Amino acid sequence: MELQTLWFILVAVLFTGFFFLEGFDFGVGILLPFIGREDRERRAIINTIGPFWDGNEVWLVTAGGAMFAAFPHWYATLFSGFYPALILMLAAIIFRGVAFEFRSKLEHPSWRNFWDWSIFGGSAIAALLWGVALANIIRGVPIDASMNYAGGFLNLLNPYALACGIASLLIFTLHGAVFLTLKTTGELRLRSMRAAKNVWVPAVILSVVFMIYTYVETDLYLHLGINPGIIPVFSVLALLSVKTLLDNNASGWAFAMTGVAIAFSTATIFMGLYPRVLVSSLNPDWSLTIYNASSSPYTLGIMSMVALIFVPLVLLYQGWSYWVFRQRVTTDSHHEY
Amino acid sequence: MDILFLARLQFALTSVFHFFFVPLTLGLSIFTAILETAWVRTGNEKYLKLVQFWGRLFLINFAVGVVTGIVMEFQFGMNWSEYSRFVGDIFGVPLAIEALLAFFMESTFLGIWIFGRDRLPKAVHAASIWLVALGSNLSALWILVANSFMQAPVGFKMAADGSRAEMTDFGALLFNPNVWKQFPHVLAGGIVTGGFLVIAISTWHLMKGTRDRDAFITSMKFGTIYAFIGTIFVTMAGHTQMQHIMKTQPMKVAAAEALWETENPASFSLFTIGNEEKLEDVFSIRIPRLLSFLAYNSFEGEVKGIRELQEEYELRYGPGSYIPSIITAYWSFRLMVGAGTLMLLVSILGLWKIAKEDYRFSPFIGALFFWSMLLPWIANSTGWILAEMGRQPWIVFGLLKTEQAVTPASVVSAGELVLSITVFTLLYLMLAAADLLLIRKYAARGLEAGQ
Repeated sequence: MELQTLWFILVAVLFTGFFFLEGFDFGVGILLPFIGREDRERRAIINTIGPFWDGNEVWLVTAGGAMFAAFPHWYATLFSGFYPALILMLAAIIFRGVAFEFRSKLEHPSWRNFWDWSIFGGSAIAALLWGVALANIIRGVPIDASMNYAGGFLNLLNPYALACGIASLLIFTLHGAVFLTLKTTGELRLRSMRAAKNVWVPAVILSVVFMIYTYVETDLYLHLGINPGIIPVFSVLALLSVKTLLDNNASGWAFAMTGVAIAFSTATIFMGLYPRVLVSSLNPDWSLTIYNASSSPYTLGIMSMVALIFVPLVLLYQGWSYWVFRQRVTTDSHHEY
Repeated sequence: MDILFLARLQFALTSVFHFFFVPLTLGLSIFTAILETAWVRTGNEKYLKLVQFWGRLFLINFAVGVVTGIVMEFQFGMNWSEYSRFVGDIFGVPLAIEALLAFFMESTFLGIWIFGRDRLPKAVHAASIWLVALGSNLSALWILVANSFMQAPVGFKMAADGSRAEMTDFGALLFNPNVWKQFPHVLAGGIVTGGFLVIAISTWHLMKGTRDRDAFITSMKFGTIYAFIGTIFVTMAGHTQMQHIMKTQPMKVAAAEALWETENPASFSLFTIGNEEKLEDVFSIRIPRLLSFLAYNSFEGEVKGIRELQEEYELRYGPGSYIPSIITAYWSFRLMVGAGTLMLLVSILGLWKIAKEDYRFSPFIGALFFWSMLLPWIANSTGWILAEMGRQPWIVFGLLKTEQAVTPASVVSAGELVLSITVFTLLYLMLAAADLLLIRKYAARGLEAGQ
């Protein structure tokens, strides 16, 4: 396999990992003020993701670093072009990140309320914006001949991108709710179960809307061909199965299926994109591809060796940390946050 | 408004603010790990209490360092897209490795450390904080590999069309001499920052006469020795780094010294008021031969002045000004060295007090120990200001000028920059206020505070 394709896959894998992992902690953050009605409950909810959220976020930092190293033009065009959206995203991520650490450090109810709603707001905005960003990448944005973004902020807020944003917001919320049914007990678990079932309906509807809309707005299906393969199909089936699994109290399987839905739909978008990395709406020839945006073969080779050695190691110890904290969190557990 | 000015302002704001928190993370992680090792080895409850006390302060500070770090990684693409295109082939690599090798380790094991005390054997728990410390300090190494390419580019060739620099030798990048001068300096800077914070808060408790006097005496001892070792290292590392910069970026040294004319032997400026337009002194007190000594460990030796270097650079790089802001370079260098000298004196005084086992400080000594915690912050910030501002007009020395590196105004407008600067400034002020509030509260609360 050529190195550009390998790195396209690796960047896609990093983003997929990020959406899968950070997806549920976005969802938990969004549900926090609603499922957690009093302080102890909220602390228990935050503790379900307490040991993980920071490590999950590093998937984004690594994806950003990998883009920069492997496809500098992709990184430069995307990050400068989506400037106002990224500022908003960064503010959201900053707020929720410090909120986890700060919220329980003072007793005052308004202090805690402020940070709890920061966790909600930060998680919701970030979850929404990722959908918006992804939709724009595949739909195409005005990129000129010199690889520079030539549109404004409003170009990014088209109905298609907003539909994708709401879909990602709902799917992450569902993923988080299912995660909570897996990690909590008693009343909290019942409420999470109810929330999951309630969110499932609009999540499915918006996903269907998004898929039809994708047909109208992008060339994704054209790109994937008549037989799109099992990945897009499985992502739909996985999402549909979640309700039945929840009805049968199979939280573990339901979580696996929301995970599959997120991972496979992300994969579908990247497959539809390949070998492009950013579609130009002005002229197809001006799109950024893995060829015109990539680093030199030497750099890609070095990066490949580094990834080959360290990615398995990271997976191993992150997996171990999930194993260490596999038990459910109860409102009586020892609280850190 | 000028987008170059605004983009530089934003970078200065975000990176200086980020680096308020990072050195403390570097230094306090190692310090906490040392205390936890003492707990594992001795089983003395005092150490456990101290681990929890310093660990909590470490965590409050850590969160802000992490979230502001994400901004750092993103803003090369956001505000410096031309730079990212030009150096991505090289600069992106250490950044990606930093995340893969250091950030994953740091964040995953921090989660394990915070939540794992009741679930893991003591030794494994202690190992996890050592891995956090290792991860933090490795991240400093990799970001300095990246920064060193900007200071003294090596291991690259220019692309055939001149559009970008391409990596030819990863080993050369990693073993760039600049990395191994700068990394010890930053590492020791972190130790010093952690050490002086420990001294300050321990002193406060000893002066107040809070409970657990015995434990605070222990942390005073540990902190003072830690700060002293750090100060010695930071001074030595700074000295060798300066000698290295003499060779790679003589203009930075000349600007930091306000040395207009080439001198041999060269004098060291104690205090200069200069005229940057005319490149001459208005008023100056100088110590003969000292600069030659600092540069070459000998009282002889030529140090080139600003005027001669400007002429040389014009011949080599074409017409234009190659002189950085001298007032910034000069005073940031003096503040850094001045703060370093004071730290050395204070830590020696601290050692003397410890040796005499005298922990009843006079109000003056107490205030001195307490407020000395600001010194490392002054030195850290001014040190980076000198490193980055002293390199101007270059963003990558000798290869790319800062004015060529900024995102074009058609992509990110001045209005958008003003907006983002406003957002970041407000956000960062709020974070700083919340962080300070919490650190104060938990520092004052003493050892009993449990959760």
